[in-house]
Amino acid sequence: MRTMTTRDRRQASALRLSAKAGLKALLIAIGLSASALAGAQPKDATEAEIEKYRQMLQDGNPAELVSLKGEGLWKKKQGPKQASLESCDLGLGPGVVKGANAQLPRYFADSDAVMDLETRIVHCMVTIQGLDRTKITARPYSGAGQSATDMEALVAYVVEESRGMKINVPQQHQKEKEAFARGEKIFYFRGGPYDFSCASCHAVDNQRIRLQGLPNLTKTEPAQKAFASWPAYRVSQGALRTMQWRIYDCFRQQRFPELKYLSPASVDLIAFLGVRANGGVMETPAIKR
Amino acid sequence: MRNMKRFLLAAASAVLLSACAISPDGPSNESITKLMKQSFAERGVAKLDRLDQSELQRVCSEYTGKEMPKAVKEKLEQAALASVRYPADGKYLGDFSRGERIAQSGVGMQFSDAPGTVAGGNCYACHQISKQELAYGNIGPSLYNYGKLRGDSEAILKYTWARLYNAHAFNACNSMPRFGAAGILTEAQMKDVMALLLDPKSPVNQ
Repeated sequence: MRTMTTRDRRQASALRLSAKAGLKALLIAIGLSASALAGAQPKDATEAEIEKYRQMLQDGNPAELVSLKGEGLWKKKQGPKQASLESCDLGLGPGVVKGANAQLPRYFADSDAVMDLETRIVHCMVTIQGLDRTKITARPYSGAGQSATDMEALVAYVVEESRGMKINVPQQHQKEKEAFARGEKIFYFRGGPYDFSCASCHAVDNQRIRLQGLPNLTKTEPAQKAFASWPAYRVSQGALRTMQWRIYDCFRQQRFPELKYLSPASVDLIAFLGVRANGGVMETPAIKR
Repeated sequence: MRNMKRFLLAAASAVLLSACAISPDGPSNESITKLMKQSFAERGVAKLDRLDQSELQRVCSEYTGKEMPKAVKEKLEQAALASVRYPADGKYLGDFSRGERIAQSGVGMQFSDAPGTVAGGNCYACHQISKQELAYGNIGPSLYNYGKLRGDSEAILKYTWARLYNAHAFNACNSMPRFGAAGILTEAQMKDVMALLLDPKSPVNQ
């Protein structure tokens, strides 16, 4: 039972936003004490400290402002067809936003393809609003210090409507099964000058890069927690980061070329991660370091 | 009884075989490479040929999380060892303070890097090295006191050099980049990292 409506929480969040600068300072302070602890104390003490910091972050997630902007955009009539996105079918029927992202990616008969959330939103903007696909996908991610892009705002709104919902990414249709199988191969695909695959960092328990924990995505519980917490607000970047961005930036660090927005490999990989996370509970948009 | 045993053995090996066999409907390596090339764009230093898997990358991908037959592993290790080029002047140790800076630096070879960026080794991402740096990862083993524990005999120098150059020579399909073989670090940079690990005056060995 929630005692506040989504809107109440967003308005409360607006008031808290002035505390954002303070939050950043806190983050740095805790980051420092966490790194000091790493050398001096047993690992579980470090983990406990980091967990405490994560919980403190939960108390004022600026993603709620981004999702407020997104809700406005979702309901606004725009584009050549002067239509809103309220009739968009995200998989649970036209107009159903509640819980939709907990069941994506999935197969859509109208396009005969498996689509992730961002692909589907773009599909609706093109078919319902008549917007130009190339234009709306040209710059999906905001740069440092910029306000959220329309895409980020729409994503924030839709994923917030799945918070608390059980992850249930379908594997009924043949194309959903094929997407999963390709996604699995992509997860283990070693390439580039560093020979990295996703599995290089995400297939063993309790590993870290520097002090950053790496979830073992081959195990159910950490796979659920990871999938459930993206998209997320990245405090260090001051931005709402989407699932497409998460995959994009992992591949950058893998030293691969630049992942194309909504590319088939990205959708397959998200489908693989989603199916592996089935049974978890969405916490989106989450908040991270 | 013997027949029963034989039957159980046959059944068990049938299960094992089917677990190893790649489903005839599963995606082929060729189709995945094609899909990857459609899905990425060249930018900066990161060209599409990075998605053409080497033999090592292909085999290691195939066996991630599965047990690799000994013969396959040995073949990869021999090829990796044969790829190692030792320093022409026979000198293995450079400057340990430069080595520390290389170990700290995680830049290089990303599509977001400015052209001409000199790559670091990013050793601390995965290893504890000097005691002063507390923000170290744990994917690889601790290298603190590396030289103090092993000495600096010719054998140790050559082994460590080969390990940095192409770590697959000793443990095929481990996670460490091939810093020499893949051209990530120059010979001079590798010597500096060697000094960080092996020079008795390096903070690592205090």
